[in-house]
Amino acid sequence: MTSLFYIEHANGKVSDQSLKAITAASQIEGDVHGLIVGSNIDEAVAEASKINGLSKLLHLDDAAFDNVLAEKLTQVIFNIAGDYDYFLAAATTTGKNVMPRLAAKLDVSQISEIVAVESADTFIRTIYAGNAIATVQTSDAKKVLTVRPTAFKAATTDSAECEVAKINAENIPSISEFVGEELTKSDRPELTSAKTIISGGRGMQNGENFELLDKVAEKLGAAVGASRAAVDAGFVPNDYQVGQTGKVVAPELYIAVGISGAIQHLAGMKDSKIIVAINKDEEAPIFDVADYGLVADLFQVLPELEQAL
Amino acid sequence: MKILVPVKRVIDPYVNIRVKSDQTGVETENVKMSMNPFCEIAVEEAIRLKEAGKAEEIIAVSIGNQSCQETIRTALAMGADRGIHVLTEEKVEPISIAKILAKICESESPGLVISGKQAIDGDNNQTGQMLAALTDMPQGTFASKVEIDGDKVKVTREIDGGLQTVNLNMPAIITTDLRLNEPRYASLPNIMKAKKKPIDQKSPDDYGVDVTPRVSILKVIEPPKRQAGIKVENVGDLVEKLKNEAGVI
Repeated sequence: MTSLFYIEHANGKVSDQSLKAITAASQIEGDVHGLIVGSNIDEAVAEASKINGLSKLLHLDDAAFDNVLAEKLTQVIFNIAGDYDYFLAAATTTGKNVMPRLAAKLDVSQISEIVAVESADTFIRTIYAGNAIATVQTSDAKKVLTVRPTAFKAATTDSAECEVAKINAENIPSISEFVGEELTKSDRPELTSAKTIISGGRGMQNGENFELLDKVAEKLGAAVGASRAAVDAGFVPNDYQVGQTGKVVAPELYIAVGISGAIQHLAGMKDSKIIVAINKDEEAPIFDVADYGLVADLFQVLPELEQAL
Repeated sequence: MKILVPVKRVIDPYVNIRVKSDQTGVETENVKMSMNPFCEIAVEEAIRLKEAGKAEEIIAVSIGNQSCQETIRTALAMGADRGIHVLTEEKVEPISIAKILAKICESESPGLVISGKQAIDGDNNQTGQMLAALTDMPQGTFASKVEIDGDKVKVTREIDGGLQTVNLNMPAIITTDLRLNEPRYASLPNIMKAKKKPIDQKSPDDYGVDVTPRVSILKVIEPPKRQAGIKVENVGDLVEKLKNEAGVI
């Protein structure tokens, strides 16, 4: 049995999401090979070759892959698919975009966002926005899986360099082209890898008031998130969204401010180690999952909190 | 140009999910069902493209038991022109749904397929991408903006950390994210009109697709409950607890 794990990277660094998800691959019997794709990626290749648990690293370094589109990347993996039994990637927007396309080309079902490996063919995943947990078994010979990163501990990158081999791009389709990318600029950590997150909900009343969260986040070195209600109301962009249809996070400390605690939101943060809820409605369901609840007006609490930190 | 919109019938998003005591699945008997919210966004986007003169006909497809007809009627009441219902009692997996849709694409030759990015029951997020692979079409997943320009479609995608824009040759597959649009409610006259719109009934056999599941569900359980903690009096208390009791700041 050999698994192929697709490794994401940015700015010369292996993505934290990939390091977590690769731990799931290591729990499957057999070797784990990594695949890393991009243009001028020597730095990321060097780091990836030291990931614990990896026995071989394939890399494709080609200007055509400066931006990795699903149509092209799927073909790259498909070209070498004969050598592998398992195909895994983190359930990021890249993994979710690419892996089902690969599964269909291989004529297999995909198992999405696994949170645990039970055995060679049996995996655990959440369904219904985390309201139910399913144990599923696949009968497909080749198995395509995406992995929910928050469910696994990150692999370290301090092992001896593994075997590194270059692969080439062949039969790459040109039915899509990259136009541009607009990444939200922030000096603060990414939501999915932050140790502390402070999120605002509809109670924030408007987008400007998110500055109150920003100030506390600055003191805590935290990322700022939002509930779907706050996103739908137009307070902040969609990439702030924590919840089943947004980002699933599990930081050390999650502070929910003016968030009532809809099922959709809870599904995205209830695995956080410590949850703090600040809400003036003491009946809000968020208090049912909070370790520490503060029933108070957030517009008084946030400046006080900023001062106290 | 035709637009094909697959729509799925799911448990209404505002219904509390109850896991069956025999651990075989979740309770669906006597539970309110609705169109998957992401599919509603897909139907809306198709209608807007038609209203803008970019498309002539919208075909809504649903695969499942007899009651999926209601979901197709909802799409027709919103503004789709006709329906295709692929009747089956089997729980059809994304790969098989994609195969049936690929066959429908062969006969209908749509310029665009717009589907939801995921259904809120299985949370698989697979069908659109799989259909794209089977038809060799490009894919614009998690779309927050769709602009047709000649024989290309420019799709702005919600990605981790921001937005990405891609230009796709048509025909193409688009899957919808939340911010693409706000779906309309069907008006009463349109609900009445929808009753007269045609729905073609088919079976998976008509398309030569074997829908036998490859993934079996061994067990479905409730997630572990988190215990509610304590209420603190003020900010000072909170900071003290976070520092000394929880040790997280």
